[in-house]
Amino acid sequence: MTTAPVVENAHWQREIECLPPDALRALQLARLRETVARVAQTPFYREAFARLGVSADAIRTLADIRRLPFTAKDDLRAHYPDGFLAVPRSQAARWHGSSGTTGKPTFVAYTRNDLAVWADLCARFLVAGGIRACHTVQVAFGYGLFTGGFGLHYGLERVGAAVIPVSSGNTERQITVLRDMRPEGLICTPSYALKLMETLAQQGVAPGSLALRLAHFGGEPWTEDMRRRIEDGLGILCFNNYGLSEIQGPGVSGECGYRLGMHVYEDCFLVEVVNPETLEPVPDGEPGELVFTTLAREAFPILRYRTRDIAAITRKPCPCGRTSCRMSRVTGRTDDMLVIRGVNVYPSQIEEALLRVDGTAPHYRIEVTRPGALDAVTVHVEMSAALFSDSMARLQETRRRLAHAIQSVAGIGVAINLVEPQTLERFEGKARRVVDRRNLSDPGTL
Amino acid sequence: MKINQISLFLENKPGHLNAICRTLADSGINIVTLSLADTQQFGIVRLIVEDWKKAKAALEKAGYVVNVREVVAATVSDTPGGMAEILDVVSAAGVNIEYMYAFTARRGDSAVLIFRFDKPDAAIAALQAAGRDVLPSVELFKTR
Repeated sequence: MTTAPVVENAHWQREIECLPPDALRALQLARLRETVARVAQTPFYREAFARLGVSADAIRTLADIRRLPFTAKDDLRAHYPDGFLAVPRSQAARWHGSSGTTGKPTFVAYTRNDLAVWADLCARFLVAGGIRACHTVQVAFGYGLFTGGFGLHYGLERVGAAVIPVSSGNTERQITVLRDMRPEGLICTPSYALKLMETLAQQGVAPGSLALRLAHFGGEPWTEDMRRRIEDGLGILCFNNYGLSEIQGPGVSGECGYRLGMHVYEDCFLVEVVNPETLEPVPDGEPGELVFTTLAREAFPILRYRTRDIAAITRKPCPCGRTSCRMSRVTGRTDDMLVIRGVNVYPSQIEEALLRVDGTAPHYRIEVTRPGALDAVTVHVEMSAALFSDSMARLQETRRRLAHAIQSVAGIGVAINLVEPQTLERFEGKARRVVDRRNLSDPGTL
Repeated sequence: MKINQISLFLENKPGHLNAICRTLADSGINIVTLSLADTQQFGIVRLIVEDWKKAKAALEKAGYVVNVREVVAATVSDTPGGMAEILDVVSAAGVNIEYMYAFTARRGDSAVLIFRFDKPDAAIAALQAAGRDVLPSVELFKTR
């Protein structure tokens, strides 16, 4: 149990972060009512409100949130691409996207004000985790539709830090920047930090020769064991943050210097933890599915978004003075989504890709391992009449086409292992297509 | 003039080739010649048998994916330059060799090679016009 913060206990927006619980509840209720009124004009909620007979007037206490409809990823997809937009299109200042179970992303919009709020929310966890205006920070998250790169970028600028937007990949260049530009901070996925650590060791670069002191990780599940390995290996402090593009991106929650779970920024997000089967709330401290309602978003307000992420929350006070609840690490999913090197991947995407090449989906198995620092995916594909050829060149070409199709649909590189027909296990009922050999279910200390 | 070759997918693991041979043996099918193309992970077994239909049925019944392709058996003089002569003939006819392998028996002073051409009919015509022996399956099975 941590008794002292690992960095100076600092706040970015102290007043709102440390709002007395009653005032926080009152703010949440007022914002919830505004949000309900705002979404009532969008097709999905108009229809759902009519069906359930609810309106903003029906929300008298926070507990009334249970009268509101849930929103699922499928609902976003059904209203692709902008059916959830609650402002005129001209007021959208940016669009991001996230992967779906098919090749199409789902898009989310931000107004100017949403972007400003987002930058402040990222600034909250950055400052709580030691980042200051005097620091230089290397961002090794991808810049693009993915919310990670731009989200952290503007959060860091809001703090006043100097940003080096290296973006993801190109490990050689990342190390050149780490050595020559001497950033104190690093933003990436935890597994990429392990990869950088390994590469530094291979190149004989002593981590102590770098200026790096702080890292903020997100984008994928990780464990306390990984934190210890990275902190010991690089001689730095690592902090965890959480977010999902459907309701904003990073900056939904983040650790403070005490590192007792991630503070949920409850002035902007109302969190529920429910039993994924019954959708009834679970007691504090018990794991369940995280459900978020946006309270401050203008462009893309969403009610009761079912994240499919499993975590627990606690309302016990934190020594840092923040009054918000804290959430544990994400310990699993209620669906079959995988996070591969920070990219969300659904087995159905891989099936769709195989279907494109084969014509009829062959039997397959997805195996995920972490041989070194980074996730590796092997897709075992049973040979079929459509895939087989007596020519080795054509068979190798088929392997390349399968890997290419998966890359283009799911956005990840995989190894294809062709296996003999009828050798993969058959399942009655729901097929278990995924074998995940990584050990990532560690809630951490709340 | 063309010969039906059957081919199968094979994982590169101990006992896997043996299982194929066992399936054929159990059905009383003799393997006339066999060739293996392999990578670290997997391979392709190509077989010429007397009764390819029976072999295909037996292998499919055992769960294998079986591919049937027409190949050409040509004799090559077993002297220096023998192979080059044949290749001159097929390349002059604009035919590409996808793969080839040697037959297990000799025929007089010639070796027998099995060719998978992209255009088998054009290859046969060119070889015959150049006076080369192309063996029908009946002849091929007699050479053993």
